[in-house]
Amino acid sequence: MQPSHEKPRKRELDPERNHHCESRRGGTVDLGLPRRLVELTLDDRTVSAPEGSTILDACTALGIEVPTLCWGDTLRPRNACRMCMVEVEGSRTLVPACSRRITDGMVVRTDSERTRHSRKLVLELLGSSADLSTTPEVAGWMAEYGADPGRFGPPAPGEDRDERPPGEHEAPDGSVAATVHQPAKVDNDLYVRDYGKCILCYKCVDACGEQWQNSFAIAVAGRGFDARISTEFAAPLPESACVYCGNCIEVCPTGALSFKTEFDMRAEGTWDESRQQRTTTVCTYCGVGCNVTLHTQDNEIVRVTSPHDSSVGHGNLCIKGRFGWQHVQNREPRP
Amino acid sequence: MDLHLLNDTPTDVERAAVDALLGPPGGNGSGPGHGRDQLLPALHAVNDRVGWISRGALNHICDRLSIPPAEAYGVASFYALFALRPRPPRVVHVCDDLACRARGSAQLCAALESVEASGDVMWLRSPCLGVCERAPAALAFQAGDPARTQLLAPASEKSIVDMVVSGPADGDQEPSARDSVPQAGEASLRLLRRIGAVDPESLDDYRAHGGYLALRRALEIGPAEVVRQVSEAKLTGRGGAAFPTGRKWEATAGQPAQPHYLVCNADESEPGTFKDRVVMEGDPFAVIEAMTIAGFATGCSRGYLYIRGEYPRAVRRLRNAIEQARERGLLGRSILGREEFDFDVEIRRGAGAYICGEETAIFNSIEGYRGEPRSKPPFPVEQGLFGKPTVVNNVETLINVPLILTGGGAEYARTGTADSTGTRLFCLSGNVRRPGVYEVPFGTTLRQLLDLAGGVEQDRQLRAVLLGGAAGGFVGPDQIDLPLSLEAVREAGTTLGSGVVLVFDDTADLPALLLRIAAFFRDESCGQCVPCRVGTVRQEEALQRLVRNRGDGADDLALLREVGRAMRDSSICGLGQTAWNAVESAVDRLGAFTARSPGTGGPAHVDD
Ligand SMILES: Cc1cc2nc3c(=O)[nH]c(=O)nc-3n(C[C@H](O)[C@H](O)[C@H](O)COP(=O)(O)O)c2cc1C
Ligand code: SF4
Ligand code: SF4
Ligand code: SF4
Ligand code: FES
Ligand code: FES
Repeated sequence: MQPSHEKPRKRELDPERNHHCESRRGGTVDLGLPRRLVELTLDDRTVSAPEGSTILDACTALGIEVPTLCWGDTLRPRNACRMCMVEVEGSRTLVPACSRRITDGMVVRTDSERTRHSRKLVLELLGSSADLSTTPEVAGWMAEYGADPGRFGPPAPGEDRDERPPGEHEAPDGSVAATVHQPAKVDNDLYVRDYGKCILCYKCVDACGEQWQNSFAIAVAGRGFDARISTEFAAPLPESACVYCGNCIEVCPTGALSFKTEFDMRAEGTWDESRQQRTTTVCTYCGVGCNVTLHTQDNEIVRVTSPHDSSVGHGNLCIKGRFGWQHVQNREPRP
Repeated sequence: MDLHLLNDTPTDVERAAVDALLGPPGGNGSGPGHGRDQLLPALHAVNDRVGWISRGALNHICDRLSIPPAEAYGVASFYALFALRPRPPRVVHVCDDLACRARGSAQLCAALESVEASGDVMWLRSPCLGVCERAPAALAFQAGDPARTQLLAPASEKSIVDMVVSGPADGDQEPSARDSVPQAGEASLRLLRRIGAVDPESLDDYRAHGGYLALRRALEIGPAEVVRQVSEAKLTGRGGAAFPTGRKWEATAGQPAQPHYLVCNADESEPGTFKDRVVMEGDPFAVIEAMTIAGFATGCSRGYLYIRGEYPRAVRRLRNAIEQARERGLLGRSILGREEFDFDVEIRRGAGAYICGEETAIFNSIEGYRGEPRSKPPFPVEQGLFGKPTVVNNVETLINVPLILTGGGAEYARTGTADSTGTRLFCLSGNVRRPGVYEVPFGTTLRQLLDLAGGVEQDRQLRAVLLGGAAGGFVGPDQIDLPLSLEAVREAGTTLGSGVVLVFDDTADLPALLLRIAAFFRDESCGQCVPCRVGTVRQEEALQRLVRNRGDGADDLALLREVGRAMRDSSICGLGQTAWNAVESAVDRLGAFTARSPGTGGPAHVDD
């Protein structure tokens, strides 16, 4: 599969994947037995899919597009963004396709007036509060759903958001729309945290924590609109538990987390994905044999991702595979 | 796991506060608790002792409990009662929520603004403190060993300034819980019958008033029969969602996974709600007995009583009740001599987060995680606290159970209406003459209830009633004959919620109230899902524009409706799903912004 930064991710109907995730958490043993088929109605079509599949899995198998942001192909669903909401008959509210399991006789509508309204509003709420300029697909969805984030008013200017206390805020006057805009955090040479682009999808937290890296360097802090991804006391990354594996960058859907190279090149105006090539190879640092995809522009490595469908690392790398490629470039480090 | 702590050490006092809770370090993990679920109590221990939580103190907690510091910080920064920056040891929380506004909280704040700042004390505006019947209210915390708290209600300009200057007094200065029950002593009372009559500190007196007969009865008839009687009584939850209690119990009792847990939801943070507090202060043993019965019926050997952090007197009385019950073999092992029945109760204090009353957020809070609601399914009866089958019930729901057992389920169901059985506690506050907790059968009309409370002051007109709290909705004077039953309010498109009946007369500044409600939801959203996290912000902004006559009002009303619809349809939990209810009802039923005139005529009042 493609790294989440890029083009539409290819999803396969793979109930084993969910199962696999759970087995890492709960220690259930996957016996790999064939699954019972569940019959449901999806957009007026009667279909069947293996028990344990999510609505999203079933949609993907049929080629029905359901937009997602916080869903990650290597992570347990967090249900946070509410982009993927669909209508299920008998349910008072819409339900998240990314996590709701299918049941016998379920009647699902993915493209009704109600789902379109909800998606439009979610896009507008996100677009009016965060910088989505590097979130792939979002511009297309905005057009598709007729979203206009500007109608909440001009965006409020950025400011530091690291120490906002929970349960209180300054009353707005309605002249501007509150945003999460803030200065990017550049506190190390490897990657940048530009939380003005963050949609709080929780993916980086899950990747850093028990689902992958077990470093727990970052968590969600604060509450409500002032919630943010943070280290303890917002300490700079080098003081935190971060081991610079970059797995958080791998899963970030918005580009809020990015390689310093990418951040700098974007600032210089030299970042150009149309001129980039990708080469997938095997990391040579140790015997594990992780797959790495080198993104090169003008013969320089500008970013490293890892294929999520690789059976070795499922998209995860360590600091060496992710960042340790300066030596292959015959040049001085970027100033 | 290498915790990688920041390079800060705790002070001796901070260290001692944590170790007093967890036992001495290096104690081979045999202390009272060394798990992640001790995080919230440990944060309280430091905050209570010092007044805020420093880097060194957080490090020590993380070290003792093996919690990554980023996660502990994420948890600590979730709760409004904790400070992560230096803060004076004395903090006074002044309620400026709906009922207190109707009773002059603005003057209190004004009086405090003129008091000179000092390094030892600060004051803050607070959401509803749950004593609306004695509005306006303030609550003072004084860090120390022991920490002191004092509730000041009703507060006057003088008493609040005194409190700021001299700090909370020693001992219980509050009026008796009986004063909060205007019907006290009346023969019609069932749930409230003991309040004022029984000594809330004495197990003997509780027994002399019929206490623990119901538990004996339960042990006689067995768990299945208890559940059957509760179902036959058609008891519904009083915490807000009105779910049938019998169904919940049956589903939990039948779960093969072990252990099962009981959670008594005493978070009571819905603005305008104070009934559970009055019950816990006035009849605490009833809550413990009811929990014991519920534990017996559903196969739980452990119950958690999760109580909001702003209820110090209720906590004291419940602690005392639990200790006495333990001493007499009414909690603990082999209760009442019954070999196979063990049950005990642990109190957990919340720390200033309305969302922790949501039935799955409460699990995360107890477990030591951020109080974020979980996605359902799985439901609590299958996977709740610590991933195990769990019953969550509201305080008022639970104290109905002894009545059901002593009188029988069928008899119980004869009170109320066909579909809403029993009596209901209503919290009357705002512009009524006799605010307090009232107990009436379901089906009593709003008019009858308001009459009981003496109606609005002479020469005033009823303007609106907020039914069910901030998550409920406004009704106007034209709906005063609405019967207060689940079915009638549902048909009328509103809710009884947690029993809030917040009354406003013609002096009320409706737009200002709506702004307060919107600000409340924006403050209390956990921040997990987009519709609620951002939607509550956009709702408040649009209301501000409407109130300040900015831009085209029609546009903002349309915007509010669109945002409200998405919040209702797509939020994870009830907070986001109901965050637009009250505003919508004020717009549609009370004409709050019709023809661009701020609700009550007169100039729009704006709080900056
Ligand atoms: C935001 C939110 C806050 C809530 N707060 C409380 C509360 O403080 N006390 C309570 O009993 N129920 C509260 N509830 C309802 C609980 O989720 C749950 O339905 C209830 O505790 C179940 O008990 P019951 O069936 O006895 O009513 C809240 C729900 C939501 C969505
Ligand atoms: S680079 Fe790795 S360790 Fe550091 S924050 Fe990201 S996921 Fe965690
Ligand atoms: S930084 Fe990226 S991955 Fe992390 S929460 Fe924000 S958008 Fe999601
Ligand atoms: S609706 Fe609000 S409070 Fe509930 S989960 Fe979503 S953000 Fe949190
Ligand atoms: S993709 Fe389903 S909620 Fe985010
Ligand atoms: S105590 Fe102030 S509004 Fe409830």
